[in-house]
Order: sequence, then structure tokens, then C-alpha cells
Amino acid sequence: MTDENEVMTNTSADSRKGQGGDPGAEPPASSWLGQGEAAKHRRADALFRWLATGSGIAVVSAVSLIGVFLLVQAWPSLQANNANFLFSSEFDTRDAENLRFGIRDLLVVTVMSSAFALVIAMPLALGIALFLTQYAPPAVRRPFGYIIDTLAAVPSIVYGLWGIFVLGPFLVPVALWMNRNLGWIPIFATGNVSIKGGGTIFTAGIVLAVMILPIITSVTREVFRQTPVKHIEGALALGATRWEMIRTTVLPFGRSGYIAGSMLGLGRALGETVAVLVVLRIASSPATFSIFDGGYTFASLIASAAHEFVHPLPTGAYIAAGLVLFILTFVVNAIARTIANGKMQRL
Amino acid sequence: MLSTRSMRTAGLVASVALLAAACGSDENVGQTGVDAPEIDCKGAETLAASGSSAQANAMTRFINVYQAACENHTVNYNSSGSGAGVSDFLAAQTEFGGSDSPLDAEAGEVADARERCGGNDPWHLPAVFGPIAISYNLEGVQDGIALDGPTLGKIFSGEVTSWDDPAIAELNEGVELPDQDITVIFRSDESGTTDNFQQYLQTAAGDDWGQGAGKTFNGGVGEGAKGNEGTASAVASTPGAVSYNEWSFAQQRDLQMASVINSGGGEPVELTVESAGAAIDAAEFAGDGNDLRLDLDSIYGTETEGAYPLVLATYEIVCSTYPDTEVAEAVKTFLSVAVTDGQQNLEEHGYIPLPSKFEERMTTAVEAIS
Repeated sequence: MTDENEVMTNTSADSRKGQGGDPGAEPPASSWLGQGEAAKHRRADALFRWLATGSGIAVVSAVSLIGVFLLVQAWPSLQANNANFLFSSEFDTRDAENLRFGIRDLLVVTVMSSAFALVIAMPLALGIALFLTQYAPPAVRRPFGYIIDTLAAVPSIVYGLWGIFVLGPFLVPVALWMNRNLGWIPIFATGNVSIKGGGTIFTAGIVLAVMILPIITSVTREVFRQTPVKHIEGALALGATRWEMIRTTVLPFGRSGYIAGSMLGLGRALGETVAVLVVLRIASSPATFSIFDGGYTFASLIASAAHEFVHPLPTGAYIAAGLVLFILTFVVNAIARTIANGKMQRL
Repeated sequence: MLSTRSMRTAGLVASVALLAAACGSDENVGQTGVDAPEIDCKGAETLAASGSSAQANAMTRFINVYQAACENHTVNYNSSGSGAGVSDFLAAQTEFGGSDSPLDAEAGEVADARERCGGNDPWHLPAVFGPIAISYNLEGVQDGIALDGPTLGKIFSGEVTSWDDPAIAELNEGVELPDQDITVIFRSDESGTTDNFQQYLQTAAGDDWGQGAGKTFNGGVGEGAKGNEGTASAVASTPGAVSYNEWSFAQQRDLQMASVINSGGGEPVELTVESAGAAIDAAEFAGDGNDLRLDLDSIYGTETEGAYPLVLATYEIVCSTYPDTEVAEAVKTFLSVAVTDGQQNLEEHGYIPLPSKFEERMTTAVEAIS
């Protein structure tokens, strides 16, 4: 422990000296820690610890304050609500005297589109990350990685427009086929908007999948790359094939990172606003739990009404929806963490 | 190296060309078919105005013509929405406001406006008219199928759900209508277009609509898309769709547009500058004297032969007499340009130029501003 400290302070002292441009005053390594110097280093140590702790506290308190703010703003509207907040699919805030809003459909659309996106993106991201770290020749790795990362830099409005104008029409025959042949399964049944229009959760989910792909991929790739070489070599030396080696070393080692990356991606999908707003058609009847439904997600509903936030009561209704999204994200992350940790311990 | 350089040059050339094109089109808006009119340019050099985004493109054109006529004079129009247009005007932050709907007397807006105008009455001047098209997507069916108010009411409230419904077939003898479901597309955001369309349905369809008016769609059927561009592209991509769009968006998307049979019965009327102009010319006023507040029922329920009833009016809200004469002179000059030379070629931007009789009426009112 002391050794470590000494090494750390040593390097930091060195770099300070380097900056000060005073290399001639370097004392012999064994005796340089004078009395005054030691106090100085203890202060630096304490300062650093406070900075780190402060950062941690700042994040936690910011998140808590957001939660408190949402709750305070939403409370009066929740009190004035004339519909069931959890189970109503109405969202009518036109009349401040008679607010009727519920989150049923918002929750259904948000969860279904994000879950669908995750179902598509997770296996793909795993494949890409394995390819980049285990299979791809080094010459391909770098440019390929850049291309994936570039996906993350595309603005979401571009994804939205691509989704509704290019991908949506392109997917219509696929969607119709699925609806015709798999329609007996509830989630492929005819939903509350027209499949031919393309503005369904099906389209939105695929757009979201493309959007979260680079996030999951880059986290997973970095974790896979950290797999101890000794483990890999050990597996190969025991006669494992490449796939067996991946299964016994890379995957167990990277599992928690993979899940953490997927959760980052899920967070992005749950909160994605503009792309979903542009893609999804708005239904005039309640959601039917089909991927061919349309409607609003929490985030897209808030965005669609943002310019009308004038009166506090209707505004509070939207903030209440935001609060639910906040809690939803929190719960999903907590569950995912638990799963990831549980798996880690078992292995 | 050579290739990068040549590409860079190409890029530069392209961007310069783009820039030139952009400048060119700007000037075109100002100068198409308009020689700078000869006007006595008086009053304040800069006017502030804000409001309706439905008239933003027309306003850009008016301002260009005004600037061409009056050097150093300009109007800053901020298309922040009708609500903001009214409240900015009432707070005296702007010299005039643009709004899709008149001041609400019950909400005290008229009284507030009188106070803002130093005790003088506010006037509504309907300077910009934009027609609403009934757009649809039926492959293999000719353009301009005929629909009337009651049938539109039934379609948009979900009572008529198929294109070969007898109610539609009756109006279109000899047209083979497909056995296809109707997908109603509505505006999912709050919009003046929706409000005006629903007011039209209330007037022209009566009990066959019965869902009331307002800025959000009340029909209870179909699916929503955001903004005019959203509904227009939704119609384009959805077979069997029907929607209501500002004319320019339906034109840009090359959508099929229905002919409308107005409340007088008679022949189906196609949406043209003339047919919409006929409805405007026949409009009656709800305001007194030079306050040209329109009686919208007289447009939506027009019985004039050859008049297209679905026209959205947007007002300039002004003071009849301004506390500051410099401002009054400038507002007067600007609006007289707007209602005369500014109206030329306005149809290129999806608006209906004021028909001549109406223009006279407007000019009289503008002249009376002091």
C-alpha cells in the first residue's frame, strides 16, 4: 500500500517538476521525501480524495435533485388528474380544468420499441465485437472500428428521417408478410396504425437498434480486448478451437461489460426522442401490444408538446410522464446490474 | 495529393455555386414580376412584428418587396406562432401581430389591445389567405374525386371507412372506386390548420361531423403525423390515405387533391387560385367598418358557384390609431405594399393572392390607419 502511494506521488512530483522546468534540483531517490515535502504530499492526497468524492456526490445529488424536481412539478397535476394515471391510455391536457392523462400506452410503446431494439442490437453487437477483437485481421480492425463509431455520431433526426422515408417503406413488405403469417402471435397482430404507412414500433425499433449498436459494440469491444492473454493462450494450449476459446475465456470475462454496454444502449433507446417522434405515427385508439402499433413514447410525447408548456397544470402532466421514464430507466438499470453481478459470481 | 487538391477545388466551386444560388433565389422572391413600386416611404425605419407561421413565407415576400421599394426600411417578422404574435402585440413589444385567429374578446384581448393602442380600437386585416387541400392516395383513381362537406365529416369521424362507400360513390358517378380501407391522417401536433379544417367541417357537415373544433384533431380515427410535411409524406406513402394539408405541401409532394362541392351544392370545385379567390371575394365581415374580421362561416359555408370553401385566413392585427405617428406611417406603408404589390405571384408560395374587390377593401382600411 505504502509502496503504491510512493510510486504514485513520485510520478506526480516528477510531472510537476517537469512543468516547473527545474530538473537540476532532483534529490537522490532514497532521501528526497523531506519533512515539508511529506506534508505537501499528504495535502495533495487529501485534495485528490476530496475531488473524487466530490465528483461522486455531485452526480448522485444531481440525479436526486432531478428526481425531486420532477416529483414536485408533477404532484399538483397528478392530484388534478381525472383519469387513472397508470392504466389510462388517454393523454388529454387541453382543458386545464379537466386533465385526463395516463401512461399505459406510453409505457407500452416505450418498452416495446426499446426491447425490440435491444433484441436486434445485442446479438449483432456481440458478433461485431468478437469479430473485431478475435477474428478480424489487424489491418481491418481499425477502419472497421471507426466505421462503427461513426454511427454514433449521426444526429438522431437523420436516423428519424431515414427511418420514415427509406427504411419504413422498404420494410413494408416484410412487415406485411410477418403480419400475414405470424399474425396469430399477439405481438405480430395488426396494430392500431396502418402497416403500409410504415410508422410502427417495428420500424422504430429497427432504427433504434442501429442507433444503439455503436454504444454496445464499443463498450463490449473494449472489454473483450482486456481478456488476459494468458487465459486465451492457456485455452488454445489445451487444444481448444477458436470458438471454444472464446466461449471459455473471452465471453465469461467480458459478460458484465457486455451487459453494462447493453444497458447504456437501452438507456439511449428508452430516452430517444426525435428519431422516434419522426418515425412513429400517432394512433387514435389504445395500444394493442403489437409491434405494429404506433403512438408516443415518453420522450417523444414530451418533445411533441414542449412548445405548449405554458400553463403549469398541463405541463405537470408531461413532467409526470417524464418522472415515470426516469423511474423506469432507474429500475431497468438496477435489474440489469443485479443480473450481471449474479452471473459473474456464478462463473 | 493532386486528387485531394482537385477535390478541394471542386468542393469550393460547388459551395460558391450554392451560395450564389441561395442569394439568387432570395432576390427572386423579392423581385419576381415586381418592379419596385413607387411609394412614399415614410415613418420609422424598422418595424417589429411576430406571429403566425402560416403566413411566414408570405411575410418574407412582403418584406422583400417593401425593402425593394423603400431603401433602409425593414420589418423584422418572427414567426413564433399566433399565440406569441398576439401576446407580443398586446405587450407592445411589436408594432403589429400576425394571427390565425382574431383577438378573443371574452379573454379580454380586445380590451388589452385597446389599452395598448392608447385607447383606440384594434383592427384585424386579413392579408394572407392559404387554402387547405384535401389530399388522398388512391392508385389507379383519377385526380380530383368529388367530396362534399357531409361526406368529409363522415370520413374524418370514422363513419365512412371504405373508399367504395355509397356516400362517396354517389358523388362520383362513373369513377371506379376501389374496395380499400380509408386511412385518415391527421396532424398530431396542435395546429391552426386542424382548427380551421374542423371549423369548416362544423359549418359544412353539421351533424355529420359533430366533433367540435380546436387545434387538436377530434375525429377519433386514423393516425397522426407531425406537421404539414409529416402529414403530406404520410399520405404519399400510405395507400388509401386521406388528409388535409396546406396547399403548398400537397403541391410539393404532388399529391392527389379532391374537388370539393360547397354548401350551395352544384359542381365539384377544384382548388385553384380563382376558385379560392371566389370564396374570399364572397366573404362577409364580422367586424365593423375597417375592422375586417371575417365571418368564417361565410367562407366555409359559401354557396357561391365555383367557390372553393376551404380557405384559411390569417390576420395582421394593428392599431387603428397608433400612439406614435412615425410607427403608424411605417405600418401603413408596409401594409399597403403587402396588400397590393406584395400579393403578386403569391400563389407560387401556396397562398391565394387577394382578389381585386377584396384588395380594394383592404386598401381602404390600410389607408385609414393613423
